[in-house]
Amino acid sequence: MKFIEIKNCYKVYQNGVTAIADLTLSISKGDFVFVIGHSGSGKSTLIKMLYREEKPTKGEVIVGGINISKLKNRNVYKLRRKLGIVFQDFKLLPKLTVYENVAFALEAMGLKSNEIRPKVLKALERVGLKEKVRSFPNQLSGGEQQRVCIARAIVNEPKLLICDEPTGNLDPETSKEIMKVIESINKEMGTTIIMATHDREIVNRMKKRVITIENGVLVSDDAKGRYVAHENV
Amino acid sequence: MKMFRVLGRNIRDAFKSVFRNFSLSIASITCSTITLILVAIAVVISANVNNATSELEKDLTIEVFVDLDLTNSDIEHIRNQIAALPNVSSDNITYISGEQWKNDLIHESDDIKAILETLETNPLRSSFEVAVDDVNELSETTQNIKKINGVFDAKYGEGKAENFIKVFDVIEKITIIIVVALIVVTAFLISNTIKLTIFSRRSEIEIMRLVGTSNTIIRLPFLFEGLILGIIGSIIPALLTIYGYVLSYDKLGGYVYSNIIPLIKPFSFVLYVSLFVMALGALVGMFGSYRAVRKYLKI
Repeated sequence: MKFIEIKNCYKVYQNGVTAIADLTLSISKGDFVFVIGHSGSGKSTLIKMLYREEKPTKGEVIVGGINISKLKNRNVYKLRRKLGIVFQDFKLLPKLTVYENVAFALEAMGLKSNEIRPKVLKALERVGLKEKVRSFPNQLSGGEQQRVCIARAIVNEPKLLICDEPTGNLDPETSKEIMKVIESINKEMGTTIIMATHDREIVNRMKKRVITIENGVLVSDDAKGRYVAHENV
Repeated sequence: MKMFRVLGRNIRDAFKSVFRNFSLSIASITCSTITLILVAIAVVISANVNNATSELEKDLTIEVFVDLDLTNSDIEHIRNQIAALPNVSSDNITYISGEQWKNDLIHESDDIKAILETLETNPLRSSFEVAVDDVNELSETTQNIKKINGVFDAKYGEGKAENFIKVFDVIEKITIIIVVALIVVTAFLISNTIKLTIFSRRSEIEIMRLVGTSNTIIRLPFLFEGLILGIIGSIIPALLTIYGYVLSYDKLGGYVYSNIIPLIKPFSFVLYVSLFVMALGALVGMFGSYRAVRKYLKI
């Protein structure tokens, strides 16, 4: 079985909008996959279903052996501990330092301080922020904040890293650096990466698998894809 | 070990939050203080009324006078018949013979002694003193006793005590309703204040959920926060109960309206009431915050 299996999945919101219609795809362990599409195409819904922020209305979504539609609210944390999420708006806690922000997830899992410390420092080293451990998020640049967010996502060494437009708020130069970090995580840690993005340049340069979604329907799934959504519609 | 570590962090976080959101904390502490003071007053009144009622009930007995010239077996028969009535238990029947009445009266005054000594026979009837289980059925029971063969007459009080008890019953019911209403109000107030603190921390909760914190652990610091707020809010009411009650007991000399209504002795009554108030504050605080967090945990 593949690491992520989506079978005949539908998502209809309460206001009647169909965000995803009859979507079927699978992703293997260690893959690097871009999900592209216009705003409102349903790609965010797809991403959100992977970490159970949304439930599919019909069909199956299975992530690492966990069936999303059957997962109870109080058990959502079990899924989230197995994956890391990187957000466009970073979602860092402003009152906590860089170190504390990354240690946050491990603390909640009840790890000892002396177990937490090496893990946090390792994650921060991987994203190249070891000197900024004591800084607060508002003292960092956007790119640095995104690195903290990535460090938090990988501190638990998850099998899957979900990136929801991680470069959406960053300039092209900084975006490049962030992509380097994400790519190295994919290569060195073997982490499966699913990244939703608008950034045509990044997609075309990386030459990875590209899944294109328009109006909730899968329009192309190309192993060495380019950003072609515009031409197709 | 893991549990204690998580628990320790949560208690630390709860205290941090109480002091970080100090103005909000003060607001909910004040709310619970005021309502808990009222609860304490209502509880004290209700307990005292209850106590006074049962004290009065103890004194309410039916005097049953039997016919003269009855044999011992006749009297035993009457006693059994009274004991068989639904509202009477056999332990609560005291027999006083005519001779005993005579002796009592002779000792009471010389005039009566003189009169009684001139008479050849004892004019005083033997009697039963009957205490009933339920005072509200006092008159009915009296009527039933009167129907027993060999009973000359049966009487109870003058109706005054009975009326007192009826009034007290009403007062007690009203205070219970007030106590319940106040408890509900306190729960809502604490719930609302904690909702405000949670609202300012909703992004924190969102992030906690996203990085895989279980709902129980997200909820714990808020539960502790509610607990802390409730307990702090109940300190003043508890102290007021102890000092206020002891003071007023001393001032009033243990009775309200001369000797009619006795007050409950302060110790250990005040301790129970203040413990009750503190436990209530803690529970209500926890319940309030439990309600408040629920919305943000999508349950």
